[in-house]
Amino acid sequence: MGRIGEKFRQLREKGEKALVAYIVAGDPSLEITREIILGFKDAGVDIIELGVPFSDPTADGPVIQVASGRALEQGTDLISILDMVESVNKSADIPIVLFGYYNPIFAYGNKRFAQRARVAGVDGILVVDLPPEESRELRKYTDQAGIDFISLLAPTTSSERIRKISEEATGFLYYVSVTGVTGTKKPRVSDIRDEMKRVRSITGMPVVVGFGISTPGQAGEIAPYADGIVVGSAFVHMIEEHAGDSNMVNIVSDYAKEIKTAIEAPRNKLWGISDC
Amino acid sequence: MKTQLPDREGHFGVFGGRYAAETLMPAIIELEEADKEIKKDKTFAKEYASYLRDYSGRETPLYFAERLTEKLGGAKIYLKREDLNHTGSHKINNTLGQALLARRMGKRKIIAETGAGQHGVATATVAALFGMECKIFMGREDIERQSPNVFRMKILGAEVVPVISGTDTLKDAMNEAMRYWVSHVKDTYYVIGTTAGPHPYPVMVRNFQSVIGREVKRQILKKEGRLPDVLIACIGGGSNAMGLFYPFRNDVDVVMTGVEAGGKGITTGMHAASIAEGKVGVLHGNKTYLLQDERGQVRDTCSIAAGLDYPGVGPEHSYLHSTGRAGYVTVDDREATDAFLFLSECEGIIPAMESAHAVAYAMKLAPTMSREKVIVINLSGRGDKDAGIIAEKLEVR
Repeated sequence: MGRIGEKFRQLREKGEKALVAYIVAGDPSLEITREIILGFKDAGVDIIELGVPFSDPTADGPVIQVASGRALEQGTDLISILDMVESVNKSADIPIVLFGYYNPIFAYGNKRFAQRARVAGVDGILVVDLPPEESRELRKYTDQAGIDFISLLAPTTSSERIRKISEEATGFLYYVSVTGVTGTKKPRVSDIRDEMKRVRSITGMPVVVGFGISTPGQAGEIAPYADGIVVGSAFVHMIEEHAGDSNMVNIVSDYAKEIKTAIEAPRNKLWGISDC
Repeated sequence: MKTQLPDREGHFGVFGGRYAAETLMPAIIELEEADKEIKKDKTFAKEYASYLRDYSGRETPLYFAERLTEKLGGAKIYLKREDLNHTGSHKINNTLGQALLARRMGKRKIIAETGAGQHGVATATVAALFGMECKIFMGREDIERQSPNVFRMKILGAEVVPVISGTDTLKDAMNEAMRYWVSHVKDTYYVIGTTAGPHPYPVMVRNFQSVIGREVKRQILKKEGRLPDVLIACIGGGSNAMGLFYPFRNDVDVVMTGVEAGGKGITTGMHAASIAEGKVGVLHGNKTYLLQDERGQVRDTCSIAAGLDYPGVGPEHSYLHSTGRAGYVTVDDREATDAFLFLSECEGIIPAMESAHAVAYAMKLAPTMSREKVIVINLSGRGDKDAGIIAEKLEVR
């Protein structure tokens, strides 16, 4: 079992939920991204989702679009991101998932990417525009390298499709809580509850919920129905707002701590499904 | 050459496919099913054919450009007059088909991306015709340089959404249309205007546009008693070219040539010649030749023709290039502008800047061929929309 599987095992044992934090690598610089990751780790973040910037992020809302643009202007690319991940892994133990679009990986070379990512200590990848229908060409290398292939589920995904996707997925499943792009619509808690019930009836894999969760309050409401929640645009927006602030890493980590506290389930509650 | 392409998952060799976010996959699969059904359905074919005939004015003429032929002093040149379609370009062949399909699927809202505005106008037109709500995504730069088409879309009742990101052109309009589609996928149909996007769009658009090539084949046999030697069409995403080429794919003696936008010149790097200068990559749902840097970031493109100003190309063109069945060349802004003026003065036909690229290549090729040879140029659209750009250029000269 990799670090991601191990993380969910531990959390389930303790009856806790995962906080998955997304930030764009290289915004405002890779050095600061590294500091934020270390800050997140101390704040209790369970898994880091590291956005690999792409020129045409069609699944992202305005906040992540402009952050990706800033990161690209800094010259951020897969090579430098993987170097940074390797350096983080030398000083901290926290699972890291690369989140992005296929073309930068494809351009780097699928085989070469899998080998390098393994050495750097990447735990998982989530490639937005690589559905199961097209994922074989990359997975034949990343599976072999022991890198989890995180798959997306959406409100539009049929139960039959959820079954197929979850059978092939590794690590965890990422439930996209709204039909939309990142950081725009707010999910309805009752929808999430019903949808998680549907997903849970099909698969026992860990499921995290993301897209549109930005506050501790929302996170606390949604977390009971899942194994974890993802917060992205809210952090990215905060990084943008405090970009020049010497205290930025602390501000962002403190917010992560608040969210983590909000999703800590009471001891007597089991995870997710017992609430439904 | 006779194998059935694409395969069941939309691949043309290594190209094509469905590289789309999970939220869209069910909609894409639903569309694929609907597309399969209409292929079996004779009433759909009849209805589509009647709109092409009575609404768009098909068939369009295959016109022998006698003066142009004489002036160039070589091969006989025919123009397939897609500019004479209702709305002024070949785009309506596709939007009529897709709107009928959307109606069958029960979708009352349609969206589209547009570069030159030709696809936007053709989509706004069918939305009005079928009483659908319509939003058109268009890059800010294109809104400025193709303003006559913006007015037409608004008159037709469509909302034109300006897109301000990237280079403010066609690629960015498509990004934004895809974002909107993800957010409204339950009740919205996305009318992609070219043979790109995730499967089944490339094959579906090609099939709707194939009426062009089928007519040309019939018409040229009647006029010349034989098939043409060369087919020429401009390539942005490549729908007018695919429509012309496809019915000739097994006629191996017919040379098929696509003309990409050379912009300010291939050597300047400021162009939109995806096949000439791109590497295989993935954008907008398919794998194809893509203008990108060594890190896999999509490059900015540049062309005087907004409809060709796109970093990718339809996956079937990438495939035809890889097998050698079709050839691809480039024509730069200056050559296209000269051809625009030449055809206007010599035949009284003002071509779209996009189509002028095809004319420009024919002007180079025809004089090298003997008088018995026959060239067919797809005159994909009319150039009224470009009068402003040309007027500016002439001032400068």
